[in-house]
Amino acid sequence: MGSEAPIISVRDLRTSFGPHVVHDGLDLDVRRGEIIGVVGGSGTGKSVLLRAIVGLMRPDRGEIKVFDKDVLDTPDATFRALRRRWGVMFQDGALFSSLSVQQNVEVPMREQLKLSTETREALAAIKVRMVGLPDDSLAKFPSELSGGMRKRAGFARAIALDPEVVFLDEPTAGLDPIGAAAFDILIGQLRDALGLTVFLVTHDLDSLYAICDRIAVLAEKRVLAVGTMEEMRKIDHPWVSEYFNGPRARAARTSAQRPESD
Amino acid sequence: MDRDRAFPVVETQQDQPDTCVLRGDFVIATIEQVRWIPDAAALSNIQSVSLREVERLDTAGAWFVETLMRRYGRAGETVSLQDATPAQIQLLETVRRNMPVEVDAPSKTSSVNDLLEKLGKRTVKAVRKTLEMLSFLGAVMASFGNSIVRPRRLRGIALVHHMQEVGLNAVPIVSLMAFLIGVVLAFQGATQLRQFGAEVFVVDLIAISVLRELGILLTAIIVAGRSGAAFTAAVGSMKMREEIDAMRTLGLDPIEVLVVPRVLALILMLPVLGFIADIAGLLGGALMSWIELDISPAVFLSRLASNTDVWHFGVGMIKAPFFALIIGIIGCFEGMKVEGNAESLGRLTSTSVVLAIFMVILADAMFSIFFAIAGI
Repeated sequence: MGSEAPIISVRDLRTSFGPHVVHDGLDLDVRRGEIIGVVGGSGTGKSVLLRAIVGLMRPDRGEIKVFDKDVLDTPDATFRALRRRWGVMFQDGALFSSLSVQQNVEVPMREQLKLSTETREALAAIKVRMVGLPDDSLAKFPSELSGGMRKRAGFARAIALDPEVVFLDEPTAGLDPIGAAAFDILIGQLRDALGLTVFLVTHDLDSLYAICDRIAVLAEKRVLAVGTMEEMRKIDHPWVSEYFNGPRARAARTSAQRPESD
Repeated sequence: MDRDRAFPVVETQQDQPDTCVLRGDFVIATIEQVRWIPDAAALSNIQSVSLREVERLDTAGAWFVETLMRRYGRAGETVSLQDATPAQIQLLETVRRNMPVEVDAPSKTSSVNDLLEKLGKRTVKAVRKTLEMLSFLGAVMASFGNSIVRPRRLRGIALVHHMQEVGLNAVPIVSLMAFLIGVVLAFQGATQLRQFGAEVFVVDLIAISVLRELGILLTAIIVAGRSGAAFTAAVGSMKMREEIDAMRTLGLDPIEVLVVPRVLALILMLPVLGFIADIAGLLGGALMSWIELDISPAVFLSRLASNTDVWHFGVGMIKAPFFALIIGIIGCFEGMKVEGNAESLGRLTSTSVVLAIFMVILADAMFSIFFAIAGI
């Protein structure tokens, strides 16, 4: 597959819950190595789109391809191989509450590969440290962690198998500004270090300014616009211009333009 | 996809024992299948590692390279890395920074001490829980007293709602259960008593066991499973969503608003359910006696009236409000103890049912002793 081919491509997607249509005729391409931010008002189906791409919900119609392979009508074996190449982080980490952080990160390795205990433990410890959790959190259970730490641990589990794509569902929601900024930096760092493609569902304008290469705006049941932050600001659509030119967006822009101090 | 993976190889040339060349895919799926050429023993004191022929490298591979460099490098000297791409260097750098520090596992204390410590902790926990529950009972009683003095504070609608929920809606299951118990008792009793020609005593057997013990005890067990669990789940999920804290900040007393109507509804309804169970049990017994022993309903009724002391029924009814109090208090108490996560809700709901049933049976045993001493 050439470098030009999109790593994720969604065509003419339609999803609905009963009579309520979430997406209708949605198209989206994600390029290899980029961080794409998916934004949209509440109920525009950002998370639904994510869930459809990773196969957690079946759309009514449309075509979803990841790594040029069809996600929807594919034999189980192909889908399993495909699933190994992506990682998903859910909103609150979705850690298994009966397992410690270390065991949580080991789950994908245990299920997908045959690795010796030592290798698994060493790799899990590296992943946990990579997401910036202290060593003593390895033995802790999810209920003993703060919200931010749970998200980090969820991220560590998502990258346990060194996936090519990670899907992050609102990684900075519910974090304090310092924690959110640190998470943004973390996503950027790991993208560079591991060569990840990041599909980021977010509401956080700071994240969009800080790390996203491109932004996809969901409105009117489809992707209304895709482009850089600068391009977004020029789009003439009431919701889009309200979103990207509102007071919060201005504040985020100013802080992003300030030189980084780390 | 696995098939087109190139095996990872670590190769050392004979003439250059201090250099090794890595070849193939060093990724998580292959990292444990590394081939050493000629073998791992050939490596020692290496000075440089070349990644020239590495096709793919991920975190696991970087970890392998780092471990290799640490293990076979000359002590005190850094091993140089050759032919690595900038991306590979960055990955290796990231992994090196995050390699876990070797720490000794904490030494284990002797197992006897562990056991004693666990025993002590459990004892303290059990005592503390008993005290907490007693204090909760006290608070509920105080609130009860308050509602008696000022009946207007009693939540009428909530009370009626819970009476319907725990009482009326439980009638079908409770009466069916008691009916079947009556049938079983009559059937078993008939088989045994027939051997002695004492079939007619089956009426006494059914009447005494249903009225005195089984009717109310089994009703209480069903209600504990049905309503006790529902109390814990309802109060617990309110606690989890901070609704109870919100009530407190708004000046509402959660005990008055949530606990008193529930417990009071149970205290009022359990005797009624017990009565219904008694009737259903006798009906089942009478039907089976008729079919199995030819004891006509008229005979059954007259024998019941002449031979069964009304106190058997009284004993059963006296126990009902106490069982109701136990179930209600335990159900609400466990609900109040739910913390922020859904896990504790599930755990406490099952604790609530088990504890309530256990306490009901314990109380039943105490009542038996009491009534035996009192001679009733």
